[in-house]
Amino acid sequence: MTSKTHSPVLTLRGLHKRFGPTHALRGVDLDLVPGEVLALIGENGAGKSTLVKILTGVYRPDEGEIRLDGERRRFDRAQQAQELGVIAVHQETVMFDELSAAENIFIGRQPMRGFPGLRYIDWPRMNREAQQVLDRVGARFAATTLVRDLSLAQRHLIEIARALSQQARVVILDEPTAALSQSEIRDFYGIVRGLKAAGIAVLFITHKFDELFAVCDRYVVLRDGASVGHGTMSEADEPGLVKLMAGRTIDKIYPSIASVPGEVVMQVRGLSHPTEFDGLNFDLRRGEILGFYGLVGAGRSEAMLALMGLNPAATGEITIEGRRIAIREPADAIAAGLAYVPEERQRQGGIQQFSVRHNMSLAALAGPRRPGAGRLSAGAWLSARRESALAERMIERLAIKTESQHTPLSGLSGGNQQKVVIAKWLGLDPRIVILDEPTKGIDVGAKQAVYQLIAEMVAQGLAVILVSSELPEVTHLAHRVIVMRRGRQVAEFAHEHIDAEAVVAAASGLQPAPSPGGGRIVPPGPLAELAA
Amino acid sequence: MTRAPLRVPREALLALIVLGIVLAVGARAPVFLTLRNALDVGNDSAILVVLVMGQIPVLLTRGVDLSVASNLALTGMLCALAGKAWPGLPLPAFLLMAVGIGALLGAANGWLITRFFLPSIVVTLGTMSIYRGAIFVASGGAWVSDQDIHPLIKGLPRDTLLGLPAPWWVAAAVVAGMAWLLRWRREGRELYAYGGNAVAANYAGIPIRGRLTMAYTISGALAGLAGLLWVGRYSIAFTELASGYELTVIAACVIGGVSIGGGVGTVGGALLGVLFIGVINAALPVIQVSPFWQQAIAGFVILVSVMLNSRAQRQAGRQILERDGGLAQGGTT
Repeated sequence: MTSKTHSPVLTLRGLHKRFGPTHALRGVDLDLVPGEVLALIGENGAGKSTLVKILTGVYRPDEGEIRLDGERRRFDRAQQAQELGVIAVHQETVMFDELSAAENIFIGRQPMRGFPGLRYIDWPRMNREAQQVLDRVGARFAATTLVRDLSLAQRHLIEIARALSQQARVVILDEPTAALSQSEIRDFYGIVRGLKAAGIAVLFITHKFDELFAVCDRYVVLRDGASVGHGTMSEADEPGLVKLMAGRTIDKIYPSIASVPGEVVMQVRGLSHPTEFDGLNFDLRRGEILGFYGLVGAGRSEAMLALMGLNPAATGEITIEGRRIAIREPADAIAAGLAYVPEERQRQGGIQQFSVRHNMSLAALAGPRRPGAGRLSAGAWLSARRESALAERMIERLAIKTESQHTPLSGLSGGNQQKVVIAKWLGLDPRIVILDEPTKGIDVGAKQAVYQLIAEMVAQGLAVILVSSELPEVTHLAHRVIVMRRGRQVAEFAHEHIDAEAVVAAASGLQPAPSPGGGRIVPPGPLAELAA
Repeated sequence: MTRAPLRVPREALLALIVLGIVLAVGARAPVFLTLRNALDVGNDSAILVVLVMGQIPVLLTRGVDLSVASNLALTGMLCALAGKAWPGLPLPAFLLMAVGIGALLGAANGWLITRFFLPSIVVTLGTMSIYRGAIFVASGGAWVSDQDIHPLIKGLPRDTLLGLPAPWWVAAAVVAGMAWLLRWRREGRELYAYGGNAVAANYAGIPIRGRLTMAYTISGALAGLAGLLWVGRYSIAFTELASGYELTVIAACVIGGVSIGGGVGTVGGALLGVLFIGVINAALPVIQVSPFWQQAIAGFVILVSVMLNSRAQRQAGRQILERDGGLAQGGTT
């Protein structure tokens, strides 16, 4: 697989990594060649993140070797990897918001001047050198700008500038475009080509097929922790890659949704916010799954927060079961029968040091201000018996894998943590459940369980709003899909009329490609082929 | 993947340390192991227990109440002045007054913090000075000395019930009430939840402002109660009463494993923290440490205990990497 024009700068052979009983990497081979962009593709959970963490010195491989310029090396610490010229740019940049771009570029290795024992930072030199390297990557802002004033795309530029200033030889781009706009992505392609031209080896991790074909030279496919295929992009096609990624066949990842939407439970009219979204109108019916699709940053989550009373600046009319209600705080929304499972499980959902049981009972602790008052209280006391019964019931119903209900949430895997957060809301017996990216970052098996759960919820007459960036998810599960773009409702599709191409076009603001059959848009997300 | 993390129980470790100190000091000065001495340590610690119980709910919410010592002194002074002005007041009136004034001062903290979204350290640093200054205003800078303190206030710490002094019973009641609140009431659970993850708590519909105000009001009320006990025990009220004592309160909490970072801590642990400080303060004079050194040594011992405790805690945090890895590659469940 090695290109014969250059010898590889970084070579991985037979890399293995185990976490307890889990075999995360089972023999990964990789060659990174100067001036070439290698695409690393695979489903969520295929081992890409683990591999990146090994390359950046966060994890140590259990077996296998890493060779840099043909010499065997150990990447034991993050710093070591950096010193050897292996730099990663992450999806979510980690930066010091209150420091300037120049300080972020030179953090920990600022140019110094003065006598030994009395050395101080050489600010003019640092700013000058930072500006030079920023200009090289095409940044159009001053090196003295504070990072908190910069956009995400500009922060990526700083990361790449930092890589260049460290004489990087290998740059790892870990889903760098996930949160960028279309025009920012085009600029980003230019930067990647610039890195190539500078003779740097690039490892590009992405879920988006258009990016693969736009900037990558070669690809390696990971599946279940092993490299299962490689080749050059010019000879590859989308269906072939998708097949390699998925490999096995998973029967019926999406359950069939049997429920038929009934009467309207919630009417939303003119839901607006001064800066985030405008004029949202929709009805939600009993037993219905209403999908909200859009690109990251389209304002979907913000609108859902408004429904829950978590977005104080929002205005609009909300009618639930014929009754106009004012939602000023979450307790109002909960009282009206709404439940919200947030997107960021770690930050917004669970309490890590609480036990599974205490996490589950949190929303249902209930007082007189909510319906079903005191279901977990006996007089002035919390009822340990009822709390325990609730936890037992939920653990069984959602098939949560936990040693006991007393295990701290932090001891559970991602998928099971997500189930606990969902259980917290089901314990309230809500009428309307809003799921915001419920399968983000969980593996296929857990996804299947979450989909099954959604099907059960609507079968029991609940109404579900499913906010998702994974197209197959909404196209397969939702009775209707509302597409949002830049804070507005731009299209609506009924299940039988959902056309992946048209949905993507509406979400990105492009005209749908007119080519029938030929230019098929592969929906983003790892399960594209399975969905077809 | 789901095995419970190995955790050294902080309370057990701390109890061992306290026991070790008691035995070591007792070996050198057997008088330390008498019942009489235990009662003395208990009497000295009762007021601290009351204050610590008030500080727990505040610390659980990632806050801190620095105004407790000033609150104690102001409430104590007002009770002493009232006793001087109206000699006919009954004991329940004093108790009600102490708790009421204290609660009012604490609620003011809570209102400032929740109304203007200010950090608790800033607000209580401010009210610490305001309350202390108010003592001047109320007393004109004068002391209320032994003969002017109302006999009922003075009598309170000396009354006994079933052989135990009244402060023990007060402290025991406060401990029981706090244990009930934190373990058996949803309000208590919600304090832990808010300290553990404020965003998640908000999403779950917990009335955050109400809970925060409650925490500071409780802290204030118990500071007021401690003020009455303090004035009675030392038979004096003056401007600098208990000055700097808020730091002892916080130290006891931290030693007892109540986390400054919020969401972690138990009544039992905090009690051991109080016991630790009480034992150290009683032990140093007994083993004839020079009074000049006592304060420095007490501080040193406190640091060592906190260090031991944080080591025990670090083991619990070590498995993060592994869990992260499990997340990254998924597939395990």
